[in-house]
Amino acid sequence: METAIEVSGLVKTFGRTRALDGLDLTVRTGEVHGFLGPNGSGKSTTIRVLLGLLRADAGAVRLLGGDPWQDAVALHRRLAYVPGDVTLWPHLSGGEVIDLLGRLRGGLDPKRRAELLESFELDPRKKGRTYSKGNRQKVGLVAALASDVELLILDEPTSGLDPLMEEVFQHWVRRARQDGRTVLLSSHILAEVEALCDRVTIIRAGRAVESGTLGDLRHLHRTAIDAEVTAPLDGLADLPGVHDLRVDGHRVRFDVDAAALDAALRRLTELGVRSLVSTPPTLEELFLRHYESAGR
Amino acid sequence: MSALTGTRHLVRLNLRRDRVLLPIWVLILAVLPVSYAASFFELFPTAAERAAYTEGTARNPSIVALLGPVYGDSVGALTAQRSGFLLVIVALASLLTVIRHTRTEEEAGRRELLGGSVLGRHAGLTAALLVTYAADLVLGLLTAAGLHATGLPTAGSSAYGLVAALTGMVFATLGGLAAQLTETAGGARGIGIAGLGAAFALRLVGDTAGNDWPSWLSPLGWAARVRPYEGERWWVPLLPLVATVLLAAVAYPVSVRRDLGAGVLPPRLGPATAGGALSGPFGLAWRLHRGQILWWSVGFGLLGLILGGAAEAAGRSVEGNAQLEQIMARIGGASGLADAYLGATLSLAGLAAAGYGIQAALRMRAEESAGRAEPVLATGTRRSTWLLSHVAFALLGPVVVLAVTGLATGLTYGFSVGDVPRQVGRMLGAGLAQAPAAWVLAGLAVLLHGLLPRFASAAWAVLAVCVLLGQLGAVLELDQWLLDLSPFTHTPQVLRDAWSATPLFLLTALAAALAAAGLLTFRRRDIPVL
Repeated sequence: METAIEVSGLVKTFGRTRALDGLDLTVRTGEVHGFLGPNGSGKSTTIRVLLGLLRADAGAVRLLGGDPWQDAVALHRRLAYVPGDVTLWPHLSGGEVIDLLGRLRGGLDPKRRAELLESFELDPRKKGRTYSKGNRQKVGLVAALASDVELLILDEPTSGLDPLMEEVFQHWVRRARQDGRTVLLSSHILAEVEALCDRVTIIRAGRAVESGTLGDLRHLHRTAIDAEVTAPLDGLADLPGVHDLRVDGHRVRFDVDAAALDAALRRLTELGVRSLVSTPPTLEELFLRHYESAGR
Repeated sequence: MSALTGTRHLVRLNLRRDRVLLPIWVLILAVLPVSYAASFFELFPTAAERAAYTEGTARNPSIVALLGPVYGDSVGALTAQRSGFLLVIVALASLLTVIRHTRTEEEAGRRELLGGSVLGRHAGLTAALLVTYAADLVLGLLTAAGLHATGLPTAGSSAYGLVAALTGMVFATLGGLAAQLTETAGGARGIGIAGLGAAFALRLVGDTAGNDWPSWLSPLGWAARVRPYEGERWWVPLLPLVATVLLAAVAYPVSVRRDLGAGVLPPRLGPATAGGALSGPFGLAWRLHRGQILWWSVGFGLLGLILGGAAEAAGRSVEGNAQLEQIMARIGGASGLADAYLGATLSLAGLAAAGYGIQAALRMRAEESAGRAEPVLATGTRRSTWLLSHVAFALLGPVVVLAVTGLATGLTYGFSVGDVPRQVGRMLGAGLAQAPAAWVLAGLAVLLHGLLPRFASAAWAVLAVCVLLGQLGAVLELDQWLLDLSPFTHTPQVLRDAWSATPLFLLTALAAALAAAGLLTFRRRDIPVL
C-alpha cells in the first residue's frame, strides 16, 4: 500500500461553522507527516474524521485501505491515537491506563513499555488525577508508542512537555519510523515539524494551503533579526532577501529569508555587532504573511 | 506581617463565594427542629398521647440507634431526640464547608494565586474556620429562637441551640485538621467523614447497649447528654468546646509545618501495571462504577435496617390516639399500617434506584465531555460494546440497590415481628418490583445520551417530575392520566397483595426499547459532542 491516508475534498460542518472546507491530505506509508496549522484550523476535526468518530459531510477518506466510518473497529486495531489533551480516569494509575489502552488495541510490547517509561521519566504508579498536564501527555504517548501498530496519529502531542522531553519524544518518533510505522503528527509549532517530518501539509481554515517536503516549504522560513551595531549602517537594504528593514540610530531590525541569512550576518559583523537577537518566525506570523489574503 | 494578615479579606471572599449555599443550609437546618416541635404539639397535644408515643416509638431501639436517646416525654424532649440526626447533617455541612475553603482551594491552585499576595500563614485556615463557626452560631441562635417561639421553655431551647452550634464547630475544626493531612480534597473529605462516622457509631453503640460510656467519647453523644428540656446539664457543652480547641491546637502547627499543596500523609500510589480484570471495556466500566455501587448498597442497606426495624413500632405508634387509630383500622390494623409504611419506604428506594440508574447512564456523558470516551473509542472497542458496558451498570445497579434495601428491611422487620424468612421474601419482592420503573428512567437517560447528548441531564428533571407526581399527586388530587405518566404509578403494590406481572413486563419492554433506541442513535452520531 502506497498511501496510509488519502483525503480529498473533505467537508465537515458543525451547525453554521464550516470546520473543514474541502481538505486534501495524503500521507504515504512509512513517512512522518507533519500536519501544521494554527489553533482552530481544523486539525483535530480532520483527525476525528480519520478515526471514524466524526462523520464526514462530503469528500472521500481512505485510511489504511479502509473506510474510517464503516470499518472503524478493524482499522483501530492497526493504529494508535494520542489526543491533544490527554485526560485520565482520576482513580486509575498511569500504568493501568497504559496497559488498558494497549490491551484495547490488541497488545503492548512490554519491553518497549519499560524503555518508554524510563526515557520519559514517568512514574506509572501515580493516580490519574495527580499527574500534571505534561505527565498525562506522557501516559498517552507511552501507551501509543508501546503498541504494535502500523499508524500513529498524534494530535499536538508535545503540548505541556518540557524541552528535554520533547527531545525524548522526537527520538521515539524517529524510532517508530525506522520500525516502518507511519506517523501523522499534528502541530502548531513549525520547529517541531521541521525536526521530525518528511513531508508537511499546512492547513488553514479547514483547507490545505500548502503540501510538500520541507525543502519545498523552505521559502516560508524567514528569521527576524534585532541587532545593535557599532558603525553607522549601510549596505543592508540592497541585499536580496532582506525585508522590513528598520534602522533607529545604531539599532537595526529586519527579517531575512533563510537563503540570504548568511550574507546578511556577514554584513552585520563587518559593521561590528554589539548585541544580536534572532527569532525564528512563529507559525502565526507565517500565516499572516503568506496566507492571510489567499485564504479569504 | 503576622500569621493572620489578610484573614479579613479571605473571610469576605469566602462569604461572597458561599452567599447562596451557606444561608440555605443554615436556614434549612435551623427551621427543621422548629417544624418538628410544631408537629409534636399538633399530633400529641396531651401528656398521655406523648407518653404512649415515647414508650412505643421514641424508646424503640431502631429509633434510638438512628436519633439518640430520649430523656422524657415533654414536647421539648421529643423534639430534641427527633432532631438528633440533624446534628449529623450540621456536622457534615460544617466539615465540608471548611474543606471546601481550604484543601479544595489549594488543590485547584487558587490558594497559590492568593498566597503570592499579602497573606499570613494561618489566614486561609482561620478564615475558613471563622466563616463556618459564624454559620454554626447563627444556626444555633435561629434554632433556639424558633424553638422558643413555638412555646418551648427558654432554657431548653437555648441548650439545644448551643448544642447544634458546638457540634457544628467541633466537626468544622476536624475538617480543618483533615484538610492539612491529605493532598486532595477528596482524601480530606474521606478522613472527615470517617471521623463523623466513628462518632456516629460510638453514639449508636453507647445509646443502644446497656452501658453508655461509648457515647461519652462522641461529640454526637455529648449533644444528647446536655439533656435539653429535661434538666439541662450546663457543664456538658464544655466537652465540645474543649474538643474544638484541641483539634485547632493540632491543626495549626500541622498547617505551618507542611508545604503549600502538600499534605502530611503521602499520596497513595496505585499499581504500576493493570491487573487482569482491567483488559476490556467491561473491566473499565466495572472500575468506574464499582465504588458507587458499593456505597449505595452500604447506605441503602443501613437505611433498610433502620427503617425496617422502626416499622413495627410505627405500626403501633398511633395507639392511644383515637383519630389515627380510626384511620389505621381502615387499612388493616397495626400490620396494615406497618405495610403501608414499608411500602412507602420501598417506593422511595425505587425512586432512589432510578437516580442510581440515571447517574450510571450519564457517566457515559461525563466520560465523553471529559475527553475520556474518545481514546477508548479510537481503539478496537465498538461503540455498542462501550455503551453496553455502561448500560449494564445502569440496569444492574438499581437491582442491586433495591435487593439490598429489601433484604435489610425484611431482616429487621422480620426480626421485630418474629418471622424473618417470610418478611425477607416479601420485602425483597416488593423492593425488586420497583426495578422495572427505575429501568425506564435509566433507559430514558441512555436515549437522551444518544439522541440529544447536550440535554442528557434532562433525565434528572424527568425523575423530579416522577417524584412530585408520586409524592404529591394524591394530595393535589391530580387526574389519573397525569399520574399514569410516571412509570412508578404502574409498579404493583406487592405488600398489599396487588401483585401483577403485566405492568412489570410492559415497563421492562419500554425500558429495553428506550435503551435500544439510545444505542442506535449513539452509533450514528458524532463523538464528541461538547
